[in-house]
Amino acid sequence: MVEEIVHPKDAYLRSDRFPHIWCPGCGLGIVLKSYVDAISKLDIPYNNHVLVSGIGCTARLPGYANVDSYHTTHGRAIPFATGLKIVNPELQVTVISGDGDLFNIGGNHIIHAARRNMDLLVVCVNNFNYGMTGGQHGATTPEGARTSTTPYGNIEHSFNLPYIMSSLGASYVARWTSLHVRQLTRSIMKAMKIRGFSFIEVISPCPPNFGKYNRFSDGLSQMQFFYENSVLDNNADLSEAYIDFTGKRPLIVGEFVHRIRPSYIDLEKELIRKAMEEP
Amino acid sequence: MITIDFDSEKIYKTGRTPINLQNFRKPLGRVHIIAERCKECGYCWTYCPKEVLEKSDYVNKNGYHPPRVKKGRENDCVACGMCEAICPDFAIFVEEIKNE
Repeated sequence: MVEEIVHPKDAYLRSDRFPHIWCPGCGLGIVLKSYVDAISKLDIPYNNHVLVSGIGCTARLPGYANVDSYHTTHGRAIPFATGLKIVNPELQVTVISGDGDLFNIGGNHIIHAARRNMDLLVVCVNNFNYGMTGGQHGATTPEGARTSTTPYGNIEHSFNLPYIMSSLGASYVARWTSLHVRQLTRSIMKAMKIRGFSFIEVISPCPPNFGKYNRFSDGLSQMQFFYENSVLDNNADLSEAYIDFTGKRPLIVGEFVHRIRPSYIDLEKELIRKAMEEP
Repeated sequence: MITIDFDSEKIYKTGRTPINLQNFRKPLGRVHIIAERCKECGYCWTYCPKEVLEKSDYVNKNGYHPPRVKKGRENDCVACGMCEAICPDFAIFVEEIKNE
């Protein structure tokens, strides 16, 4: 007879669905834990949290968090979230999705959400390939990395996600790996309080696809790579913050951008007020 | 002959005040493991700073080996919560024992 033990975070989870579908060593469970940890510590009402995702491994995450959640069409998480936020501005809308969903298929949407400084928190979990469909290469695959569709090494130049988001004027840009659990939780808590577009990139291991092709035998060896190579630099030159897995370049993490800009919801309210005043 | 004026009072005022160890207590944690959720990723026993955890011989219903507390190290856990934070499967948590 095993005594029934309840995890303290089970109140924020749909615990009847556990254990989850993610592979052993996947970093997505850590991101889910950081999110529920952040909402349990913040003073935002629990019912105001909404979690939106697209399609992919990461997009299964809202199905496990016991908040209002939307599992939308491929790449269109940001338009759904934008609509939610405009109609109901008191909601705290968070988008957690993968790099394939946010930057490959939905690349245009995230660019325009950042340009408008839409009041959203976007957490992009980057595992450098399309994990759910068998590890094909995408726009975030580092140069030279091997995937199932680039067996001799990727020849394309990869996206540098914090640099793109910073150049578009996002209010808050940070990057962590899934090993930086406490920093990630603090970052999510900080970003939820910021008015404007907040972007957090989380670098996550993908043991059966990206790890297998790049000589990381399991999730632990990829975590050890993050442990040995990540360098905290909050004032880093973002144009140099590319990722490669050769070990020549340090993996720069930190909170890169925190700027104060009027958000879309603030500007919209101001515009409505002005328009109503005119005769 | 040089005499050094040694004033202990002055040294205590200028330097850092020593702490009284009697007033401090090392926190003690108890690790709870939900064995059926574990997927044997190995993060908890790799990143435990006090090296309290290890892989066990028990096999859960999915065929994975969950962690266990090393024999004789039950009182070494300081309830830092690293295993709880790093576990992707919500299978481990630490409860701090407070006996006043």
